[in-house]
Amino acid sequence: MSRLQIKEGLARALFMAAAGISLLAVALICVFLFANGVPAIAQIGLPDFLFGTTWRPANDIYGIFPMIVGSVYVTAGALLIGVPTGLLCAIFLSRFAHGKVAALLKPGVELLAGIPSVVYGFFGLVVIVPFIRENMSGRGLSLLAASVLLGIMILPTIITVAQSALDAVPRKHYEGALALGADHERSVFRVVVPAASSGIMAGIVLGVGRAIGETMAVIMVAGNQTLIPSSIFEGVRTMTANIVLEMGYAADLHRGALIATGVVLFVFILLITTLFNLIRKRGEAA
Amino acid sequence: MTSKPTVALEAAGFGPGRPGPQLPGPCEGVAGDDRLAALFAAAEARHAKTRRVVAALLRWLVYVGALLTTLVLLFLVGYILANGVPYLTPSLFAWEYTSDNVSLMPALVNTLLMAALALLMAVPVGVGSAIYLVEYAPRGNRFVQMVRITAETLQGIPSIIYGLFGMLFFVTTLKWNLSLMAGACTLAIMVLPVVMRTTEEALLAVPDAYREGGFGLGAGRLRTVFRCVMPSAVPGILGGVILALGRCVGEVAALMFTAGSIAQVPDFIGGLAEGGLAGLGAHFFDSARTLAVHMYVLASEGLHMNETYATAVVLLVMVVLLNLLATFAAKRMEKGNKHD
Repeated sequence: MSRLQIKEGLARALFMAAAGISLLAVALICVFLFANGVPAIAQIGLPDFLFGTTWRPANDIYGIFPMIVGSVYVTAGALLIGVPTGLLCAIFLSRFAHGKVAALLKPGVELLAGIPSVVYGFFGLVVIVPFIRENMSGRGLSLLAASVLLGIMILPTIITVAQSALDAVPRKHYEGALALGADHERSVFRVVVPAASSGIMAGIVLGVGRAIGETMAVIMVAGNQTLIPSSIFEGVRTMTANIVLEMGYAADLHRGALIATGVVLFVFILLITTLFNLIRKRGEAA
Repeated sequence: MTSKPTVALEAAGFGPGRPGPQLPGPCEGVAGDDRLAALFAAAEARHAKTRRVVAALLRWLVYVGALLTTLVLLFLVGYILANGVPYLTPSLFAWEYTSDNVSLMPALVNTLLMAALALLMAVPVGVGSAIYLVEYAPRGNRFVQMVRITAETLQGIPSIIYGLFGMLFFVTTLKWNLSLMAGACTLAIMVLPVVMRTTEEALLAVPDAYREGGFGLGAGRLRTVFRCVMPSAVPGILGGVILALGRCVGEVAALMFTAGSIAQVPDFIGGLAEGGLAGLGAHFFDSARTLAVHMYVLASEGLHMNETYATAVVLLVMVVLLNLLATFAAKRMEKGNKHD
């Protein structure tokens, strides 16, 4: 073998090894998370762990049902606020904005995506929470505050994905609608938006993933009580918040239960990622 | 209009809100035709009016959506700047952090160190794997598909899960303790898919003619990749690296249980003086608080609100600058490929 061939072979092997590292990373994450979380779940009992409504580490009672419900509520609230706003903004950027306006708003949306979650959380703490406390009811640290804040945080995700889906709709769809006598608005809402629906759905699913996995911002505004809230003005604790709040001092089974909370969250995220891929595949096939 | 003819019209299938068929022409001369034509015209006019109202409503809804997004952005950035800029005092940038003067300088230095370390690991691996996927691997290869799926999975994992993994693997199993190194490794895994995906896209955007040119001149694959393909992909790759840097700067959840929150720059110089290179290396295993973690700690203590605002300003400015750079890089990339 010539020196050149050896060099080429070596380079190929190196690049392949690099590509293998992400495989290794996912494998390691799964192994370590499950190996540390599953024994704790086994000790507590899966039904008691998932559906137990009491979380009291001092008495070794670990039921994360309130946290699962908390995560679901907060995510649902975020979608209620983020999806309509984000979708309308994406439609604006894709079909209504004139060049200059779009050229200003687009980097703004990117900036919104880049702002660290701790800055969002602080903004929520000093603006949204006092607003709810003074103008509505409760202490302000609430499901509502977390939903509004997360609704803002998922905006860029939804806008970016939905806009690229809307931009990808062939021009002839829109022109065909115009030719049939529909006006601009009707063409966009009745023809272009339905044609982009699978891309829009993918954006929403991605937003769900972001909302359910968000940690620091939620901790700062949600109140973090381990109870299922009965109104939007009461506090909630999400699964992510549960991990961060107690991991610092947890030991033994408590620590295991927190890692197991991470396992449950991880499974949620895997399901969401799979759903996202399915939707995107179907969109590509159509 | 009276209600009776309307009912008759609707029964005939010419209801409002539905585009009616062609109006019968008045030229047929049958008595009452003129009246019927007038009714049709009125219905048509009403229909057109509803449609105009609906269209205006939809248009306004779209404008409101865009306006809301803009206002939220402006208010958020404006509020933080207005409250924070006045407190950007020199003492905030003092070299030492004390509980009285919550200087952000050590955290700032740690952030740069941590991000540099993380990128030093993530960029070669990410760029290397993208090169393999695009330039080397045969199309439709099983291994390639698996790597793509895992990269997508990695991208969807929330940072707290990375934090948990880092804690279990680097901190506990490898016994690195809460340290700069453990934090940097965790961040490296977290931003790996970002670097990988953007590099992949940048490489795919390079026209095949470049590769053919390289091979045609007798260069091997390695030489072709680095001499012909990579130069025009560099702006795209840089954009990805900047994006990754932004994520490192803003990360908290992945670092709390891997890098800890000691507000000091590890004493590298002292270590070097005492134990040479080994002493220097040992300090990579000191706990280090980054700027974002620093801000979280300040905000949750609630004792230094003004300084927290100022810290938020510094974080925001860093992110804005990185964003501008990334946009600039992307523009360069687009321009470069248009010239071809």
